[in-house]
Parts: sequence; C-alpha cells; structure tokens
Amino acid sequence: MAEFAPGTRVRVREDFPVGHIRTPIYVRGREGTITRKFGAFPNPETLAIGRDGLPKKALYEVRFRQADLWPDYKGGANDTLDIDIFEHWLMKV
Amino acid sequence: MQEHPHTHDHDHDHDHDAHGHAPHAPPQPDEKIHSYYQVLGLALKELLIDKGVITADEIRKTIEFRDSITPATGAKIVARAWTDPAYKARLLADGGEAIGDFGLDMGGTHLVVVENTPQVHNVIVCTLCSCYPRNVLGLPPSWYKQREYRARVVREPRAVLAEFGTDIPGNVEVRVHDSTADMRYLVLPMRPKGTEAMSAEQLEGLITRDSMIGVSLPKGG
Repeated sequence: MAEFAPGTRVRVREDFPVGHIRTPIYVRGREGTITRKFGAFPNPETLAIGRDGLPKKALYEVRFRQADLWPDYKGGANDTLDIDIFEHWLMKV
Repeated sequence: MQEHPHTHDHDHDHDHDAHGHAPHAPPQPDEKIHSYYQVLGLALKELLIDKGVITADEIRKTIEFRDSITPATGAKIVARAWTDPAYKARLLADGGEAIGDFGLDMGGTHLVVVENTPQVHNVIVCTLCSCYPRNVLGLPPSWYKQREYRARVVREPRAVLAEFGTDIPGNVEVRVHDSTADMRYLVLPMRPKGTEAMSAEQLEGLITRDSMIGVSLPKGG
C-alpha cells in the first residue's frame, strides 16, 4: 500500500464491517490531513479474533478540522482533532 | 467498584465496556455479589494460579507496581521538561525513551507527549474504550472512562473544558487527541508565568493530573 506523506489529504473509508474496528464512526467518510506516521503495528482487527495481527499495518496520525467533523461545531474556527488511523482505512483524496 | 485484574494476552492498558456494571452503580451492600465478568475474571485468575501459569505473589506484585504509579510520577516528568530543555526535546521526540530516566517504560505501547503552547491547547480522550497513559499517570479517573466525557469531549471540547473550569481563548486552537490505537498521550502543560525562580521540586506541586490530561491548567497557569 502506498505511503501517505505528512500533508497528504485523506478520506477515511465509509465502511461498516462487523468486528473489532478501531476507526470510530464519527470520522468515517470525513476528510483530514496526515500529520505523521507512527510506524507499523499489528492489525487490531485480526488480533481481536485470536490471530497474529500480521501483516502489520502502518499507523498514521490524521488531523481533522472540527468543522469538518461536526457541521454545527460551535467552538473555535481553528479547533482540530487528531486521531490514530491504520492505513487500510485511509484513501488519498 | 473495583478494578478488575486484566488477563489479556497483550498489554492492554484500557478497560473494555462490557464489565456489566453501570457507571454510577451504588456500592453493593453485600461484597460477595459479583457481576458475570467479575466471576469470569476470578475464575480465570484461580485457574491460572492452579495450573502454575502465574502465582498469587506475581499478581500482588503487579498490583503493587500499578499502585506505585500516580500523577506525581507524571508531574516529575513535566517538571523536568520545564527546567531542562534538552530533556524536553527528548520527551517530545520519543516519550517512551525519555521516561526511562525515571525508571519507567511503556510496556507494549508508545508515549506521545503533546505540548501546550500559546497557540495550541491539547486534551486527550479514548472514545472507543479508556486508553490512558497509565505507565506515567497511574489509573485514570472514573470520569475519563465514562461515556459522557468520551462522547462529548470530541464533539464539544470547549463546553467540557468549561465544566472543568477551564476557559481557552477563542483564538487558541483546541486540539483533541483520540487515542484509538497503540499510542498513549500525555499533555505537557505550559509552565505558569512567574515561576522562573522555582526549582523542579517546587514546580511538581503545580502539576496536576487533570493538567496532564488537558482538561485543566497547572496551578497558577
């Protein structure tokens, strides 16, 4: 899978598979920006069902503007949310 | 409500939601009444001891170690960062490495330290469960694990901060960190003005648990 460099605009997959998914629903389908790559980690979705979590998946920090997550957001215009998302949940915009 | 011994096969420093007790359940008058998951946990613990996988002594030592880490541990780390620029740089670059100076390590997780500045105020949450930097702050406060905080702080962080008595100016970016994976977050608060003459030991007294979660500021901050 292609690497996402910091600054890349990405969209989170808007999928709803069954299982132990560590991509919260409130970011699915939303657009944000890659801020850093943390490295590769065992996949929690397969670890959760007793498998080895391999191959490891790249884990990224993705930054969202709060206004892009919540259309009626009432906080500051610059407010953001950073969240850790595995590569297979991200698509380049 | 007691903490349950964790018996996952990897170092999961969070609780899952399915413990089967209401967040505000009153204390049980009869301590012998256990929930389904408490019974399951006790049965597993007894089996592991019976089969010689772990000993009761090891369990007790682990609980003692867990209890030995408190917010005062985190305060020492922050006070050192406030007074030692080289240490602060290491802490921000690789938190897990830097806390080794205090005899600490992150086990199977990684420590990401996020710095408050005049432009950015950080606050941490785990919306999916209760991931928390236990290896530097000890056990999380009960509100951190409850759904109200977890759901609201990502949705209306400034309203939640205001309920903690924390008002962040509108021109400062409030940045929420939702720890969904292998990273654990610690907020490095800003050193309050007027503390230039204080030693690291004196500064430790200003650094509260909540200021390292990001829902408040240090005393005098």
